[in-house]
Amino acid sequence: MDTVKVSVFRRDPAVEKEGKYVDYEVPREDGMVVLDAMKYIERHLDPSMSLRWNCSAGKCGSCSAEINHKPSLMCKTRVDSLKGDKIKVAPMAAFPLIKDLVTDVSENWALLKKIPKFTPKEGLEKPWRISQVDIERSKEFKKCIECFLCQDVCHVIRDHSTGYFGPRHVVKAASLDMHPLDTLNRSEFMNKDAGLGYCNITKCCSEVCPEEIHITDNAIIPEKERAVNISYDPIAMFLRSRKQRRVKA
Amino acid sequence: MSEQPIELDEIMNAQFIKHETDVLIIGAGGAGMRAAISAFDSGSSVTLLSKSLLGKAHTVMAEGGIAAALANVDSKDSWETHFADTMEEGVYISNYRMAELLAKEAPDRVRELEEYGALFDRTPEGTIMQRAFGAHTYRRLCHVGDRTGLEIIKTLEDQILHRDIKFFDEMYVTKLLKDANRVAGAVGLKLNTGEFYLFRSKAVIIATGGCGRIYKVTSNSWESTGDGLGLAYEAGAELMDMEMIQFHPTGMVYPPGVKGLLVTEGVRGEGGILLNSKGERFMQQYSPKKMELDARDIVARANYAEIIAGRGTPHGGVYLDITHKGSDFIKKKLPSMYKQFLDFAGVDITKEKMEVAPTVHYQMGGIKVDPETTATNVPGLFASGEVASGLHGANRLGGNSLADILVFGKRSGDGASSFSKTVSLGNFAESDVIKEIERVKSLTNSNGTNPYDLSASLEENMSDNVGIIRNEEALKKALKVILNLKEDSKKASVQGGLKYNKGLLQALELPSMLTASEAIVRGALERKESRGAHARSDFPKKNPDMRKNIIYKKGEDGMKLEWRDVPKIPDELKKIIPQEVY
Repeated sequence: MDTVKVSVFRRDPAVEKEGKYVDYEVPREDGMVVLDAMKYIERHLDPSMSLRWNCSAGKCGSCSAEINHKPSLMCKTRVDSLKGDKIKVAPMAAFPLIKDLVTDVSENWALLKKIPKFTPKEGLEKPWRISQVDIERSKEFKKCIECFLCQDVCHVIRDHSTGYFGPRHVVKAASLDMHPLDTLNRSEFMNKDAGLGYCNITKCCSEVCPEEIHITDNAIIPEKERAVNISYDPIAMFLRSRKQRRVKA
Repeated sequence: MSEQPIELDEIMNAQFIKHETDVLIIGAGGAGMRAAISAFDSGSSVTLLSKSLLGKAHTVMAEGGIAAALANVDSKDSWETHFADTMEEGVYISNYRMAELLAKEAPDRVRELEEYGALFDRTPEGTIMQRAFGAHTYRRLCHVGDRTGLEIIKTLEDQILHRDIKFFDEMYVTKLLKDANRVAGAVGLKLNTGEFYLFRSKAVIIATGGCGRIYKVTSNSWESTGDGLGLAYEAGAELMDMEMIQFHPTGMVYPPGVKGLLVTEGVRGEGGILLNSKGERFMQQYSPKKMELDARDIVARANYAEIIAGRGTPHGGVYLDITHKGSDFIKKKLPSMYKQFLDFAGVDITKEKMEVAPTVHYQMGGIKVDPETTATNVPGLFASGEVASGLHGANRLGGNSLADILVFGKRSGDGASSFSKTVSLGNFAESDVIKEIERVKSLTNSNGTNPYDLSASLEENMSDNVGIIRNEEALKKALKVILNLKEDSKKASVQGGLKYNKGLLQALELPSMLTASEAIVRGALERKESRGAHARSDFPKKNPDMRKNIIYKKGEDGMKLEWRDVPKIPDELKKIIPQEVY
């Protein structure tokens, strides 16, 4: 029988100091993806292996992992697209490990809470009228399925404790800022409180995004630029200084 | 998010963490989240539990849109027409009041979603765009390309995060707790820590979605194992219309890993046509008027009949073709379908035909609820969304499920919140809690029957014997298998401990999956007619004496079935609906 060899990272941090890779062999199927192999292990070889998956269709963003060292969705990675005789599957390294392939991504919801929510203009005539052209800009960011692969690949998050929220959260802020009826500007918040300045636009996040969102070009850079425009807008600076003087007085 | 235990001293000694709340919501898909928002806005403290991570629920898979009679595209549309379409599609066993509320309130729920930040596709005038869908008289589905579910769930998630709503994700509720006859709490296992929780609440809403995972070929995600059906049934709640399972006409057939995955009705709504292997547009024979956009049961059975007759595709489906609409149109209107076929099957749908076949999609039946408040027959227990029944009757219109979760999600939040203001927290014996915890623990660290093997047998059995066309012989066979599996499931257990043990979770899910399956099969045997999604080859006609609902309840020695009259429709509403034809 034609088989696929998979090497899976196993560790329960509560009882094991170090993890190890365990090898499994599963039957090869036509058109199979890595998640199919993992499901086979879960069902037939070791039901105690911890694995998070849900829709298995690339729509929910639950089965994020590092496949042959690349942050990927298990459900969208075709086995026949991978080189080498063995597939290495490891948990996302940027997040605390819960067990085996499952990580604790809950911090992301704490960060999402901090991003100011959608705040529409007041007194708009209902029902709202918006043109299709105006929704297109926000639409790209709304494709995000919160798989957090962009957070995982981000070296600012991996290697430094800077307080940078990470690419997913810039995408969230951008989706709200580009809503045609929103009144807030989140770029200042993103730069001051969400550490956006630490991003040095290496574009790794855009490369791993399964929804092919141009995170760096369309979300991060515009959010950076908008903050700069506000900070260095001479009229705004003048008004701000007047306001501060008044407060002092 | 980290959970702060309430009383630290107690935790040090106790086997479980206590949490108190006014309204406890089990399930965080569209219905659960919408319920959480309205219960919170009504002044109740709210705790939301989810089996998966927040924002991953099956709602995310919804594609085509929300049915709401906004009349933005077809000015003749009205709540009356939406109501009539819903009643007709439900083949006259729907609860008229639920259909009426849905038709009247869906437009407000859609506009409210927009005010929460959702961005729907627009008409040239800038209003919300609406597309055609099967068996809707007018173009009625408000949509965001073919990712409407994702937009809904992320919008609601945002609202939840910006309210003081407590949520526990990866929490599996194993049992509801009662104080005398009232539901007053639940025991849950936090999957990602292995800790047990005791929830005390004044009201409980079940919003756990459907049970599609009892079938081998289904469009449902991992979560849809009928958990809420089992919880409610064990607590004494009545179930209804369980025999009504919707097969969606178009699921993927290839590759094997995604067999059953949904291909949105939006493809046909935007002009896609069905062809057999001879290149014939076969819907001309089955439904010359409505063609590909007839009701789901009719199109699904047509696809099935073509495949059975040997006019299927190489992978056992029929062809769905939208190439004539051109590449730009397809990529704009159906972006995720384009990507889905390209990524999984290597098929470019702008140039090639898709292969599709029927797939299990939706349970019309579920927990019986009061239309106004979504209260069940058990005090303190409410239900909304796919797990509840009554609205869709014998068949569901596409787009009505998203309308359902918003309209009745809100109603259940309001209903449970009002109820919670009339009662205080209930009490139950700690020994009951300990007993439940011991039961769960006993399933771990041992070498019993592999629960995955049992669920695989069940899935196979349901797909083989309780499929799109049913008959007495196969149903009887199916029931026998289910009853045997019920016995076998008592021996299920797994290696490993409590923390993130998916085998354990499968063992815990089995009883609910078996309850749902047993009800479906018993009801299908009982209903000796063909109505809506329920088709019997040995009783191919509709029977006027069976224009009734079947109620399922836990009796002392097993499941009890009872025929009950459909609520009588007031004359002013009756006038709107086309007369039923036999």
